[in-house]
Amino acid sequence: MSTTVKERSVPYVQVLDENGKVVDSNRLPKLSDEELREIMRRMVFTRVWDQRAVRLTRQGRLGFYAPVAGQEGSMIGSEFATKKEDFIIPGYRDVPQCVWHGWPLHQAFLYSRGHQLGGRIPEDVNVMMPQIIIGAQIVQTPGIAMAFKLKGEKRVAITYTGDGGTSQGDFYEGMNFAGAFQLPAVFIVQNNQFAISVPVSLQTAAETLAQKAVAAGIPGIQVDGMDVLAMYSVTKEAVDRARNGDGPTMIEAVTFRYGPHTMSGDDPTRYRSKETESEWEKRDPLIRFRTYLESKGLWTQEDEERVMEEAKDAINDALKKADAVEKMTIPGLLESMFETPTAPLKRQIAEFSGQEGN
Amino acid sequence: MAQLTMIQAITNALDNELGLDEKVLVFGEDVGHNGGVFRATDGLQAKYGKDRVFDTPLAESGIAGLANGLSTQGFRPVAEIQFFGFVFEAFDQIASQTARMRYRSGGRYNCPVVFRAPFGGGVRTPELHADSLEGLFVQTPGIKVVIPSNPYDAKGLLISAIRDNDPVLFLEHMKLYRSIRQEVPEDAYTIPLGQANVVREGKDITIVTYGAMVHTALKAAEQWAKEKQLEAEVIDLRTISPIDLDTIVASVKKTHRAIVLQEAQRSAGAGAEIVAQITENAIFHLEAPVLRVSPPDTVYPFGLIEDEWLPTPEFVIRGLDKVMSL
Repeated sequence: MSTTVKERSVPYVQVLDENGKVVDSNRLPKLSDEELREIMRRMVFTRVWDQRAVRLTRQGRLGFYAPVAGQEGSMIGSEFATKKEDFIIPGYRDVPQCVWHGWPLHQAFLYSRGHQLGGRIPEDVNVMMPQIIIGAQIVQTPGIAMAFKLKGEKRVAITYTGDGGTSQGDFYEGMNFAGAFQLPAVFIVQNNQFAISVPVSLQTAAETLAQKAVAAGIPGIQVDGMDVLAMYSVTKEAVDRARNGDGPTMIEAVTFRYGPHTMSGDDPTRYRSKETESEWEKRDPLIRFRTYLESKGLWTQEDEERVMEEAKDAINDALKKADAVEKMTIPGLLESMFETPTAPLKRQIAEFSGQEGN
Repeated sequence: MAQLTMIQAITNALDNELGLDEKVLVFGEDVGHNGGVFRATDGLQAKYGKDRVFDTPLAESGIAGLANGLSTQGFRPVAEIQFFGFVFEAFDQIASQTARMRYRSGGRYNCPVVFRAPFGGGVRTPELHADSLEGLFVQTPGIKVVIPSNPYDAKGLLISAIRDNDPVLFLEHMKLYRSIRQEVPEDAYTIPLGQANVVREGKDITIVTYGAMVHTALKAAEQWAKEKQLEAEVIDLRTISPIDLDTIVASVKKTHRAIVLQEAQRSAGAGAEIVAQITENAIFHLEAPVLRVSPPDTVYPFGLIEDEWLPTPEFVIRGLDKVMSL
């Protein structure tokens, strides 16, 4: 005898198709014209910033940089669904969400260069520094979400990882904790098809990454990650559910990164074809959303050019600000290890200040 | 004043701090209703509720990550790793994440977390329960490592650890849990982290040690005094990161000889660090090399040969004799 004890389905959500046509009007989010224009502004700004960051990295003016072009829909759409008091726990590529959530751009540049002040996020900005260890942020997210729940604050913890991140044990542990404690958390997986060079097909036998939520007992939803309105709509629903005490959600955003994994020597031509790249470029998040806005008379070429200029100016200002920050010192780093330096650290502070020979 | 075992003193410390500070949370595997596999949290869930003392899913990385996240939002988590041998599952969250949070955020976030774990040999555990892995954390910047040797110290040090605004690894030797009773005040008190205790005064040699080995050192010192009429000074480090160099150096300047006694394997680790510190800071006061007295470099042994592997008072005396003969 055998019976089915449980069945769960994994929905797929798309609002705008590749041509910018509304395919699911029920899912069309209730956003004002100004909000729609703001989403477009952020996507254009982020694309300009990304192109500039790639060049700055090649010139040695930035350090570590993971390009984001192609992923603006999932990044901007999901962050736009949060409130300022919600807390973002990012992976290393998720710098745009943090900046749009309030992390000053010059600090993001300092982080990229390897300066401690990059991580000194302003007190009123609810963002963690980008995580390098794949999946480590996923197990910290339930802790942050539990803090909000215990304090009775209506806030949500939102974390990001990629397709590769879903292979980590921490990915399951984090979702499972959030489910077991019914915490206000949202787990976003930006499935950009490759973990450096390894395709999703080698990463897992699961047909979707969203279905990994089923094992943790939480809802899992797959979204067209290059459709900014779908991303906004699904994230908003998840964030609202979490805020209302209805527990966590996992969202798989199906997307693509146009550039290399990072600017540290990765060559995508070694693992993916030009055909694959151009297939994805046809689904570009900016093109389809621009088409949609233009059809509604909400975006013009002048708007586009104005935002491009705005982005260039903001980047130049942020670079100047980053350049002006004082250099780190070894005694300063030693001071920052603990609230009060321990006795051995005090001796090393003296030694590295030149006050004591060794 | 009540005579308490070390496990009772630990429960008492947690009880005090849960009562005094609503930001203190206690959690881990089986710590809730069951009160912990050693009963360290016995009765605490009933007293403070399931929001503050609770069971977690069985996942050490998840537990340590939970502590990390809670601590950056103003809570003071006391997270239990059920046995220290399981700590590798949580190593990233403790060493790479929690220990460096203050540093990588330039002070924006800090992690006032205590990771508690039973450890130590001599109680016939299955493998991967008794290992002395403390040396791995002595080498980890950003976390303090505390190992009490008796009930009174356990309470005072644990309260200091909970009140500390940085992460502390608090290791509880299983053999000490119920083998010693001591007078322990009911009210909260603190013993500063990073301060060693001279538990036996002597003029002929210094034994630097911590945890259960403090008792082995004291037995060896008594026996040695009777047999050889030589007096060993015994230092209980109590905190092995940061170590209390001043107390060690003051003692070595007096005795001119030293051994470092540890239950962990010989190479690298806390003992090696202490030897290096003595060498750097007191070499001209030494009349003989500083010896590490420790088990050999095998994996923690099978139960049937545990007693031969662990340092005994006789083994320590051989070390003392060797250094005296040099």
